[in-house]
Amino acid sequence: MAQQFRLSRGGRIDRSRPIAFAFNGRTVQGFQGDTVASALLANGIHLAGRSFKYHRPRGILSHGPDEPSALLSVDRGPGRIDPNNRASVVEAYEGLKTRSQNHWPSLAFDVGAVNDLLSPVFVAGFYYKTFMWPRTFWDRVYEPVIRAAAGLGKAPEEPDPDRYANRHAHCDVLVVGAGPAGLAAALAAAKTGKRVILADEGAEPGGSLLHDLTSEIDGRPAAEWLRATLAELDGRENVILLPRTTAFGYCNHNHVALTERVTDHLPTGASQAPRERLWQVRAGEVVLAGGSHERPLVFADNDRPGILLAESVRVFVNRYGVLPGRRIVFATSGASAYTAALDAKAAGAEVTLVDLRLEPDCGSGPARLRAAGIPVLTGHTVVGSKGRKRVTGLLVAPIGSDGRCGGRRLLPCDCVGMSGGWTPAVHLFSQSRGKLVYDAERDAFVPGSSAQAERSAGAAKGTYDLAACLNEGDAAGAEAAGSLERRAFTATSTPTGFQPVRIMPTDANPAKVRAFVDFQNDVTAKDIKLAVREGFQSIEHVKRYTTTGMATDQGKTSNMNALGIVAGQLDKTLPGVGTTTFRPPYTPVTFGTLVGPARHALFDPIRTTPIHDWAESHGALFENVALWRRAWYFPKPGEDLHAAVARECKAVREGVGIFDASTLGKIEIVGPDAAEFMNRVYINPWAKLEPGRCRYGLMLKEDGYILDDGVVARVSPECFHVTTTTGGAARVLAHMEDYLQTEWPDLQVFLTSTTEQWAVIALQGPKARAVIEPLVDGIDLSPEAFPHMAMRSGTICGVPTRLFRVSFTGELGFEINVPSDNALAVWETVMEAGRPYGITPYGTETMHVLRAEKGYIIVGQETDGTVTPDDVGLASMIAKAKKDFVGKRSLARPDVVAAGRKQLVGLVTDDPKLVLDEGAQVVADPDQPIPMRMLGHVTSSYWSANCNRSIALALVANGRELVGRTLHVTTPDGFAAARVAEPVFFDPKGERINA
Amino acid sequence: MLLIACPYCGNRPETEFRCGGQAHIARPADPTALDDDAWSAHLFVRANPRGIHAERWCHAHGCGRWFNALRDTVSDRFLETYPVGAQPSRSIETEARA
Repeated sequence: MAQQFRLSRGGRIDRSRPIAFAFNGRTVQGFQGDTVASALLANGIHLAGRSFKYHRPRGILSHGPDEPSALLSVDRGPGRIDPNNRASVVEAYEGLKTRSQNHWPSLAFDVGAVNDLLSPVFVAGFYYKTFMWPRTFWDRVYEPVIRAAAGLGKAPEEPDPDRYANRHAHCDVLVVGAGPAGLAAALAAAKTGKRVILADEGAEPGGSLLHDLTSEIDGRPAAEWLRATLAELDGRENVILLPRTTAFGYCNHNHVALTERVTDHLPTGASQAPRERLWQVRAGEVVLAGGSHERPLVFADNDRPGILLAESVRVFVNRYGVLPGRRIVFATSGASAYTAALDAKAAGAEVTLVDLRLEPDCGSGPARLRAAGIPVLTGHTVVGSKGRKRVTGLLVAPIGSDGRCGGRRLLPCDCVGMSGGWTPAVHLFSQSRGKLVYDAERDAFVPGSSAQAERSAGAAKGTYDLAACLNEGDAAGAEAAGSLERRAFTATSTPTGFQPVRIMPTDANPAKVRAFVDFQNDVTAKDIKLAVREGFQSIEHVKRYTTTGMATDQGKTSNMNALGIVAGQLDKTLPGVGTTTFRPPYTPVTFGTLVGPARHALFDPIRTTPIHDWAESHGALFENVALWRRAWYFPKPGEDLHAAVARECKAVREGVGIFDASTLGKIEIVGPDAAEFMNRVYINPWAKLEPGRCRYGLMLKEDGYILDDGVVARVSPECFHVTTTTGGAARVLAHMEDYLQTEWPDLQVFLTSTTEQWAVIALQGPKARAVIEPLVDGIDLSPEAFPHMAMRSGTICGVPTRLFRVSFTGELGFEINVPSDNALAVWETVMEAGRPYGITPYGTETMHVLRAEKGYIIVGQETDGTVTPDDVGLASMIAKAKKDFVGKRSLARPDVVAAGRKQLVGLVTDDPKLVLDEGAQVVADPDQPIPMRMLGHVTSSYWSANCNRSIALALVANGRELVGRTLHVTTPDGFAAARVAEPVFFDPKGERINA
Repeated sequence: MLLIACPYCGNRPETEFRCGGQAHIARPADPTALDDDAWSAHLFVRANPRGIHAERWCHAHGCGRWFNALRDTVSDRFLETYPVGAQPSRSIETEARA
């Protein structure tokens, strides 16, 4: 019979809208408004999973986000399988597919349950103690086996097809939690007209009011007050009400991260909205009203399916119209379970209540229950439970005045509601770096002094009485909104108070009792005691050693019990032990929420040049350089990298090559003090550089090490066109701006990035001039009029250009700077004009080889942040007459002038075919004992088609003195001999450049 | 994420800024006049206080301007931000004692 445990009336489910979903392949009936947990219970299904370590049958413990046991894999279609969802928060809908986890071959019969019989072996620290030796077994045997056996659920293997959104929001008051305190806070804040966001993790706002059938607020039933309040908030334009939205991270300066589950409660495809939305809220003030979590009781076999938290029984009965059992025993050490017992009785269950407290300590509760026909056993402990896949009875025993247990008694039942008191949800408060204080009366850590503009209210602060929660919320909301107005709520008095109990007293041998503290991690009370006996005293260490408080629930139900046990063992107070650190997220958050739209092309910005599409359509392969995508090489059919690069390299030296250098950083430096500024940031002299001339500039950090390099043209007396490396552009501009703004604010200079305004087409090779000659107007290209390292303004193909005669190849070369919008047209025209000369497009790999043949450095390849101009043989560029420039003083530091620094040299391998590895180490004697003395390392290494052999650059200690000597370089199989040479391999006299 | 008040743009999130370390360390007018110890101290030695710290910040992804800030390194609270070349309105020592 379907839904045999569903009540005929009551609850907030919609009986007119039946739904069906799958649980382990079986169809489960429910109603709109059900969670998976409530629908399972309505059908009498308690067995919902197997525990992590011992594979014990586990049921549904709770009704909310603190659920440790009922973790399901939820299948919303291909790519939408999501493990470890709490059945208590997954909303049921038509067609949903769910599966329990951690069992084989089936939930009912699980081979892994043998672990339960071996439990004496699997004590705390089992792994650390057992798999110690032999060492080699770790990689081959232990780890693979443990990995296969461990882990909850199965990660999806397909790409996530869902869409995730990201939204930034600002508000005056953010209220977290829409229970009585949060609602009152939002009402009070909203009345002032301030912008309010009210976020609640539940499908329906209301918190405890959603399952409170008996309380009244201001003379109205709680549910009615809730309806009116939500209507009022909803009607206000200054309020954003966010259901299904969990505040999971409280960061600096009231930056709170929320995750809104937008469509998970709908059938797949029913909505075009994103699956989830990350809200990054910056709030003026925050009210934390996230409620509290109930504690389980720790007794032998307290983990059987059918044993729930007492308040959760009440929720299933009142909110979902489900009786979790027909014979329910409530076991408690506090007052709240009495209300649950009365509600269960009113719904038709046969109810018994067992209270650990002695009769005089129980207040009016026992009398009220007995009047309702509920037997109450005060002064009774729970010593065990019966049943396997479902609880069948609870073993209780009276406690005498001497504290000893009397005779056991079995209370037959099919459901237990237990309550060991309450723990305020101080997670967000603690994340905000507020200080927790221990409140002995409430046996809880509660918010103390605040670190940010926030305040807590209600159960999150340890306040459990309904009227007190409402008034506290009202005050918090008003205060947060800067209002002095207060209102006084009247409400039905709530029975509160509990006697803290860490482990229920028992007549059994405590060493044999398996009383679970942390259900999710299978940590028992004796595991925690063992950890303390073994010397773990810090609660953080106990947590890691036993794993208590870890995984998806982060110990929401278990932490206080674990803390109490540790404190008891150490004979310390609870505040003496302290709490473990509360870290975000409060509840598990999907990667999708955090990643948002930043996937695929949006994962990282990609910069492309105006020539990019041309290169792509002409077969270029690309490499990433910083955020740029640069053409790497242009293979012809059948060519690999080496063949293509060899062809491109020869084409440049023998004819003409064309290269897209648009990614070069460009900075326009303008102003009356431009030359003075240049003098201060570069090592070179600039004052005498004539307009129309270029200079290779080198820039240091203040520590004397090379920061960047590039050709600079003086456009006019007060204007320099600076180029930087592709990857260094932003860094160099920031470096210049820093000095200009903070050290020399008196200089009249403007710095403007022009990287993306100028596209650069490099034309290199003996035929370069012939190619562009017919295209250029207004510039005399003859060698006499336009020598190497000159810059002229004119037009090319009718487009204004700054034409540089520069070379990074050692050949006659031009770099055609044109406005980016015109670049492709110019490129295509130059290609056409070059056709008779065999013009060859080349990529970055050929550019690298050609410059290495000439020994030109690349910053970041030959340099690594510890290299000075002298180290790379460029000391002659330093302007001797300049008194100061950035980095100059550091060039006189003792370690910079000391002998033995690594210097740039060439390496010529004895075997001309051997291309060394970049990064390979250089040693003098390969036969010396290990550890060997490293002399340096290879910085660049290529096959040079023009030299018909391999070439390499290296930084080697005292390298310039070693020219001619043979050193040895590490290879994958040993060492290769290489002769130290000058770092120039082609045209050493540099004649070709002046052609 | 910190909320930082750029003196030119107002409150902006931390991701728009770059921190430039300790403030009020002037580059010596004549670095060659410093001996090696004094120069290395200028280059490398920085305060790392628990409490109020004067720092350089640049609104890199905003107006691009550098400014200074007093920040409490314990609470991450910003006491004030002020332009380069100016002094904070309160003394760091007094604030640290308070």
